[in-house]
Parts: sequence; structure tokens; C-alpha cells
Amino acid sequence: MKKIIKNGLVIDPANKINEIRDIYIDGGKIVSAFDEKDAEIIDAKGLIVAPGLVDMHVHLREPGFEYKETIATGTAAAAKGGFTSVACMPNTKPVTDNAAVVTFIKDKAEKEGAVNVYPIGAITKGQKGEELAEIGELKAAGAVAISDDGRPVESAGMMRKALIYSSGFDMPVISHCEVMSLVDGGVMNEGYYSTYLGLRGIPDAAEEVMVSRDVILSEETGVPVHIAHISTKGSAEIIRQAKARGVKVTCETCPHYFSLTDAAVVGYDTNAKMNPPLRTDEDVEAIKAAIKDGTVDAIATDHAPHHIDEKQVEFDYAANGIVGLETALSLGITALVNEGVITMQELIEKLSVNPAKILNIPAGTLTEGAPADVVIFDADAKRTVNVADFASKSKNSPYDGYEVSGDVIYTIVGGEIAYKKA
Amino acid sequence: MNWTRKDLLGLKDVSAEEIQYILDNAATMKHILSQNVKKVPHLRGKSVITLFYENSTRTRMSFELAGKYLSADTANITASGSSVAKGENLLDTGRTLDVMGCDVIVMRHNCSGAPHLLSKHVNASVINAGDGMNEHPTQALLDMFTMVEKKGSLKGLKVAILGDVYHSRVARSNFYGLNTMGAEVYVASPATLLPKNVDMLGAKVCKTVEEAIEGADVVMNLRMQLERQKSGLFPSASEYAKYYGLNEDKLKLAKPDALIMHPGPVNRGVEITSGIADHERSVIDEQVTNGVAIRMALLYIFANRRNEE
Repeated sequence: MKKIIKNGLVIDPANKINEIRDIYIDGGKIVSAFDEKDAEIIDAKGLIVAPGLVDMHVHLREPGFEYKETIATGTAAAAKGGFTSVACMPNTKPVTDNAAVVTFIKDKAEKEGAVNVYPIGAITKGQKGEELAEIGELKAAGAVAISDDGRPVESAGMMRKALIYSSGFDMPVISHCEVMSLVDGGVMNEGYYSTYLGLRGIPDAAEEVMVSRDVILSEETGVPVHIAHISTKGSAEIIRQAKARGVKVTCETCPHYFSLTDAAVVGYDTNAKMNPPLRTDEDVEAIKAAIKDGTVDAIATDHAPHHIDEKQVEFDYAANGIVGLETALSLGITALVNEGVITMQELIEKLSVNPAKILNIPAGTLTEGAPADVVIFDADAKRTVNVADFASKSKNSPYDGYEVSGDVIYTIVGGEIAYKKA
Repeated sequence: MNWTRKDLLGLKDVSAEEIQYILDNAATMKHILSQNVKKVPHLRGKSVITLFYENSTRTRMSFELAGKYLSADTANITASGSSVAKGENLLDTGRTLDVMGCDVIVMRHNCSGAPHLLSKHVNASVINAGDGMNEHPTQALLDMFTMVEKKGSLKGLKVAILGDVYHSRVARSNFYGLNTMGAEVYVASPATLLPKNVDMLGAKVCKTVEEAIEGADVVMNLRMQLERQKSGLFPSASEYAKYYGLNEDKLKLAKPDALIMHPGPVNRGVEITSGIADHERSVIDEQVTNGVAIRMALLYIFANRRNEE
């Protein structure tokens, strides 16, 4: 059905639009103005209308870990969070390292998904870091990028070959940077709090040594590389310098790296356990500065659902990761926009325009002819995060009870309402 | 004092008043230990379970005897000999003990924070008998009790703690307890075994053992686990002994009446020479005796807590 979103503040950075205007939707696409009769009117007065958010880093857990999340519940969480497209990581069971699994995910998403789902294939077979996955076949089946996320590609030689080979298919490569010999059994950031809690620490170098390596490999091969979830001051600085000399490196960070520190682990809170780990105040400030100056291209959630039985255990044994789809926009507004770090327009760029560009997917714009993927939100609405309300099957969030600003009112995917605030 | 604390998870948030109360009770208990008949009825009808996820002989025995001397019913669970081995999780195990009517669970676990997790889900009092690299509060209490016995007070004492601070829960509990009681703590260890920002826990970091020992009232050596060598943290037992171990020459730097302490078990010839372990100023055996007294005091305090609820 035709829809008109009326009177909203349209923020469409791709078209440099930041003004009150109406958006017309027909046939699942953004179109030019048409007559109001027969159209469903959505009143967006006082609300922001933006291209649907794009999360380039989620774990939907299907196939294999449906007790944590399914494509249906994960995409419902996405819609509730204002995301219209998500790219899901390949650490499924079986690993998304072949065309059949990509096809399964796409079919399942087509049937049950509330938003667009773009599978990311593995770089190496079984994510073992030993042999290249069939990157051409992955692409043909619909994978939009490759990554061994959850695990690093430990061998520099393997990573170099992956970059060179994938360039033949223009397949973006996303690197999870973690040198396991430096992690050395660590379960949280190394610093005062790891000493205080008697937990094994993970030094910044565990991330930064591999960020450096991948920057060097990208520079030498000329192949772009995207660094996943940067968390340290040093990573930001390495990427800043690389960009300045023209290296085709992009990167993302996650809301928790600009809104929480390792102090959140006190009390052995396993919902503050993630990989990379929460860092220090100094890192949080550096990540914000990197968001501000454009070093950080995208904000992704690393949405990582886990069952309560995997979190309500000894800290050392707890699974890494938190759910993020239903808090990301609010955390961006609360910790970045309201704090004056970036403008709302810049936030939309990092949550929609840039990740769509990096993955080369049709999203991140309200241009006529583009898919009608739209988020409508109230930037000023105050709300209290309550994990019990999450659409995600898992509730592992450290933000339960947090007061945040920003509430999604509508999420429209392909011209259809995927979520509407009750 | 009116004891309100449910659990003893560590010393990092325990007040000087509470520590003094425990030490005072332990003095009474030590008197009981010196009697011909050591059994008293204080904890008749109370139950104490030791839940050990890590091997231990002396700590578990110490708690078990402490409970028995006070007439509590004691039972032991080790991780390998129970449903834990069948994959039962910590909370299910803990709740099972809880609903059996256990008053005090004494727990040792290889993971830091495990007793904290358990304590939130059981009504029984949880006493931490060592969790990962975090704390070993009963060891620090018995160490402090021993120092008080010999030195009269903890205030102003200079305590040197030497060795593998990184992995040591004994060291951490001593930092907290000794600082709270007004002692000064100096540490020296191989740089690879010094945890980051340890100075913020109230330990003054010295580059050499000699510097740490200088003028010390107490010299405490930590146990060096020899398998750390394989993970590249130090090159050899002999180099460790030479630079970080305690011998007669280094001991001369301490005060003439300095105490020699070690939480045991001792690696003779590594962290301390045999001559030091058996030195006239070594109080290693008394630490073990005092451990029973401290644990009697703790069981008494915590098992009776529930009468007052």
C-alpha cells in the first residue's frame, strides 16, 4: 500500500537533506510526491525520519544455535531497534563457509525475517584459518562480505592470501583482530580492574598488533580491509594514520566501546564480558574522538545473543558478547549526540549510510527509487531499558535499567511496517 | 559487635572493626585448641559443607577440623567426586546444598568470582576458601593473626610480600587486610608476574627483593608454581631462586626480629631455602595452627549468624 510519512524531520545524509518534508512510498520504494488519496498517512510530526539503520555486524545464531536466537527473533529485535538491514556473521553451526548455508539463511530470512538479512561468509573453511572458503561461491549465493568473526585469521600469510583472492570478487573482508598468544587466557581488559578482580587481563596489544598487521597487508596489497569492533585508543590511532596516508581501511566500533568501561565488570557481571573486552575511560574517550573525526566509519552492534545458562556461570566460563540491536540507536543518541560528540546526521551516517557503502548493499539512502527502508524515531523520548521487553530471544545486556534517550516509533522495510511502537 | 555480613568473599570491603572482631574470636578459639580436649559444643546442630573445585589438602582439612572441634556436622564435596563431574552447573550444586539445610558453604574454586556468584543464590553463608587469582581471605586473616601474636599489632608493620603476585590470591587478600589494619605492604616479583596497576591495591612495588626486604618486620614468600616456567613467565627455578627467592643473606636486610612466613606448601630451594623454612624466626608451622583457629572463629561467627535473623 502507498504510504506518506508526513511532517517528519527527514535526515538523509546521502542526499544532504536535513529538513522537514514528506516521504512517499509506493511499490516498496521511495518515490516522488503523489496524490494523498488512497495512501496510508503516517504522521511523523516531531519525529526524525531517516534511512533504515544498517547493522553490519550481528550474530543471528541460525543455523545451529536457535536456543540463543533465530533469524525470526533476531530480525524482530533489529526492527524494534530501527534496523532495516543486518549482516550476520558466519560463526553458525555449520559455519557459513559454503553456498548452501548462505542460501539457507537467505531463504529463512525471506520467509521469517522482519528485516533484510545479508549473510557474511567465512574467510576460511570452518573458520579454522587454514584454507580459503569458496569465496566466489559464497558471493554467488548472496554473501556480501567475508569474515572469520569470533576468531582471528591468525596467520598473516593466510590473511594476505584472503585479501588478494577476495579482490577478484570485490568481496569486502572484515577482520576480527585478536592475537591469541597475547590474549593468553584473558577474560577482560588488562588494567586496574583485572588486577582488582583477579581476572586474567587482555592487553590492548592483543587487538592492536593485528590491526597494524591488517593495515600493512591492505596497504601492501592495495585491497580494502574493514576492521571489526575496534575498542582501544591505539587501534583508533593506527587506523587514523593509515587513512591519512591513503590506505583503504575502514572500521567499526560498537556502542559499548563508547559508553561503558571495564569498571562494569566489578561484581563479576558476565553481561559486561565481551570480545574485545570493555576498556578504560581513556579508550572510551579516544573511541569517541575517532567517531567524531571520521576514523570510525560505522557503528555496529556485534549483537551476540547468549542463553542465560551461558551467562549465569563463573566469569571465566561465561560466553562473550551482549545483545545490542535494541539499544544501539538510543546509546548513540545518548552518549554521542546528546553529549555533543557528533550530530544526529553524523550518527545516521555511521548507523546507516556508511555500513551500507562498505557492504555495497542497497540501503542507507532515501533517494527516489531506493528500497523504502525507513526508521522513524523520537530522539528526545526518555526511556528505561528493560531487557524483559526485548524482542531478542536473549536478554544478555549490561544496559538493563539504563536511562536513555531515543525511541523507535516505526521501522519500515520495503515499504511495509516491520515494527510499530505499541 | 553485631555481625551482619552474610558471606566472607574477600577482604577488599571488610572493615577494620570486622577484622579485629574475627582476630579476637580466633584468640579464644586458639585457647580451645590448646586444651587437652579440643571439642566444644558451640556449633552443635550446625552444618558446614566444604565445596572444593580445586585440589587442596591443608585448607580443606583446616576447615573440616575447625568445624569438628566446634561440633558442627561437616561434609566435603570435591568437584571430581560429585555431580559437578556430570556437568551440573555451580548454581544448581549450590542450591542443592542450600535446600539440604547447610549453614555454611566453604568454597574453593579455580575461577575468580565463583563464590560471589554462588553467594547471591543461596541462603547459606559462603566463605571463600580461595577463588582463582582473586582472594583467599582466610589465609590473610591467619597471616594477620600470626603477625599480631608475634608483633602485638599490625599498625605500622612493614610487610614484604615476594614472588608470584600475579597469580596470588593470598597476596591480594593480604594487601587489602594489611592496608585496612594500618600495615605497609611492599612487593617484589619478576616483572612478568607483577599484575598491572597493583600499586592501586595498596602495594608498594619494589624492583628488587632486597629493596622490599630492607627493614621489614615480616617477610612473606609466595608459592611459586613451577609450571609457570613453561608458559614463559620466568626462565628457570634456579634463576628465580637467585633473584626472587629468600636466603640467609637477603634476610639480613630485614629487621633482626623479622618473621618469615609462607602460605604453603613450600617449594624448598625455590622461593625459600630450607635454612629459611626451618629458621628460628620462621612461623610457617604456627600459621597452619592459627589457620584452624581463624577458621573456627569464622565458622562460629557465620554459622550463628542465622540464629539472629
